[in-house]
Amino acid sequence: MNNLLVGLAGNPNSGKTTLFNALTGARQRVGNFPGVTVARHEGTIVHLGTGINLVDIPGIYSLTAFSDEERVARKFIIEEKPHLLVDVADATALERSLYLLVQVREFGLRTVLAVNMIDELHRSGRRLDTEKLASLLGIPVVATVARQGQGLEYLLDAVVLAAGREQPPPLKISYGPQVDQMVSELSLKIERADFLAQFYPPRLVALKYLEQDGPIMARGRREHPQLSVEIEEQARQYSRHCQETLGESASALITDYRYEYISSLLARGILSTDGRHGRHNLTDVIDLVLTHRLIGPVVMLMVLYTVFWLTISLGETPMGWIESLFGLLGAIGRTYIPEGLLQSLLVSGVIEGAGAVLSFVPLIALMFLAVSFLEDSGYMARMAYMLDRLFRMFGLHGYSIMAFIVSGGIGGGCAVPGVMAARNLRSPREKIATILTAPYMSCGAKIPVFTVLAAAFFPGYVTEALFWITLASWAFVFATAKLLRTTIIAGPSTPFLMELPPYRLPTCKGLLLHAWERVWQYVRKAGTLILAVSILLWATMTYPQLPEQRRQDYAEMVTAIHLRPDLDNKNKTDRLASLEAARAVESLRYSFAGRVGRALEPVSGLAGFDWRTNIALVGGLAAKEVIVSTLGTAYSLGSVDLENSEMLSQRLKQSPAFTKITAISLILFSMLYAPCFVTVIAIGREIGLRWALFSVVFNTGLASVVAALFYQTATALARFMN
Amino acid sequence: MAGICLRTVPNNGSCMIREVLAEGELGCRIRELGLVPGARLSIVGRAPLRDPVAIRVRNYTLTLRNSEADHIFVDLIETNSREPTHE
Repeated sequence: MNNLLVGLAGNPNSGKTTLFNALTGARQRVGNFPGVTVARHEGTIVHLGTGINLVDIPGIYSLTAFSDEERVARKFIIEEKPHLLVDVADATALERSLYLLVQVREFGLRTVLAVNMIDELHRSGRRLDTEKLASLLGIPVVATVARQGQGLEYLLDAVVLAAGREQPPPLKISYGPQVDQMVSELSLKIERADFLAQFYPPRLVALKYLEQDGPIMARGRREHPQLSVEIEEQARQYSRHCQETLGESASALITDYRYEYISSLLARGILSTDGRHGRHNLTDVIDLVLTHRLIGPVVMLMVLYTVFWLTISLGETPMGWIESLFGLLGAIGRTYIPEGLLQSLLVSGVIEGAGAVLSFVPLIALMFLAVSFLEDSGYMARMAYMLDRLFRMFGLHGYSIMAFIVSGGIGGGCAVPGVMAARNLRSPREKIATILTAPYMSCGAKIPVFTVLAAAFFPGYVTEALFWITLASWAFVFATAKLLRTTIIAGPSTPFLMELPPYRLPTCKGLLLHAWERVWQYVRKAGTLILAVSILLWATMTYPQLPEQRRQDYAEMVTAIHLRPDLDNKNKTDRLASLEAARAVESLRYSFAGRVGRALEPVSGLAGFDWRTNIALVGGLAAKEVIVSTLGTAYSLGSVDLENSEMLSQRLKQSPAFTKITAISLILFSMLYAPCFVTVIAIGREIGLRWALFSVVFNTGLASVVAALFYQTATALARFMN
Repeated sequence: MAGICLRTVPNNGSCMIREVLAEGELGCRIRELGLVPGARLSIVGRAPLRDPVAIRVRNYTLTLRNSEADHIFVDLIETNSREPTHE
């Protein structure tokens, strides 16, 4: 016998995912729903000899679909036709939870209702008569406490039993005399024409046309265009009639009556109070403090700082381990692979590339742990609630905050987990604006760039400089978001309407599964691509090599130094080092990246950058750390350690090409230009390749304009002042 | 008589929805979350910048922006009992 396909549906915050985890444990597979990046979790269980394929459907409040997640959920429920649907209801908000159930049952799907978190209902002094509810609804009802594993056996029993039984008839309720009349008139017409008969019962088709249900009308048009248009027109007329006589459209009336049905259902002694009612519940008390006008924002800042600190400071140590592991691998490579191109490719390309990818893993894991904790505990919704007004002024959303903080909004974050943190945003336009601007923040890799420049040109004021840079990043984030949201991603903001769920302690298992899944996705999918890109960048900075003649010249000079009898060992080492540095500059200049850097000089000159800076910025496309090390090479210092950057500061200060104005211009440019490749790939994964490419082009364009404007204005002013 | 706008209901005030004057996506979401005529709700609080507003309806807490609350018209209920219940 084939496995049963069972969908797990329910409202957000109903404990649906906890139930899924409790039922399937670690035996779950993660994929994507076709066409979108909404994760599809699937797990197989065997119960009473029956195999069950359980699919976790994204949380929804109704079958009406506006967002990606809602479309995916609806498509699965309506079109993939699971054998059975388990609808998970939040026991404490039963009325609202049952709305989805009513809609599902109107479609006539075989359904089992799991009333979850029944313990919370009991604690609030209320009781639920599940048997009575089951007999009134005509479907099995099971009370569960997913996080403690209570009721799961009964639930699976009910699933297997119900799947073997005949499908119950679709739920028929009254939508008020006027709409009922319209439904029966329309369904008569539909029945006579056999319209969509192979998919849905006529009454349901009539109802959906009155509700102006997009997907079903689209199917109707495919099957029978002329008739569909005719019925649509009639439905619109009916709806107008409702509007005129009853003051509401037909679809609004239908929703009203569904709630009417639910209220009358629950009024029949299904929910009872045992007298302990009226006490303040814990959530309300906590919210008095956490969303207080003055205390709320202060606590929020502390929480944000803690998340940031957890992600970055705690992540630093394991990140260091991974980096030193790859450093060790590199050293081994350098020792055992003969010097030359193969060594360079394997060490600088493959090993360092893979190291760069994997070193982000601790950061991503910690960020997801922290963010999942905030989300599952219910605090994230409070942050969005408190900040929404501010962020909305710039076309963003309360939920944007997390992405900005993790990206480095307090300085020293990382845009990769930052971009991923924007996943919580359900509104597409706000999400795109958030993801495109989050990389402006001062991530940990940009800080060394800023520090080197500030130390050279504003000695003694490095901390102040970093503070102002961070403020400037926020200003650019808000300004750019506003710009984008009034131009290419213009449009009204998505309705906010967000539930503030009760505070709940997240389950360890849920948090770990969530973080593990995200990390694994990153390693598997991003890893291969990033590796390819870092090899490509290595190649552009290595090829073409210096002509044979020049390489021989250098080899001869090296030999000449070795052979000089008048020099002691230290002297020889120094000379060899400066010779090697000169060779490195020349071959960098000769390489493809060097040629690009020189070719760009006429343009970059507008912002005050010479070819050396250009190469460093091109290298920064791989990872922003590369800016400092490449500047080091280009200013013939050999390779520059991030920790040992004072030399570079000195050198930059002495260079005639560099002034205070150039330094600020370079800071502005590094802040704004194309995100590093790892981030670009993360952006592609979140909102699509087109936006990823856009972020490279747009951000670089913006950076050029800002840097050039600043440089030209400041230079002109300086000349004027003198 | 059109009732008063939800935006103007003071904190802790209780009211009953008279009508929801929004159609399209917004109207749909408002109603599907249980804000339909006849539903009782109370104002739990307002965010630090006075927007959005948090309301208690059908035994759960929902937040919505003032601009969204503007589509909802209500009648005030004298608050003799401390909390509206829905059983």
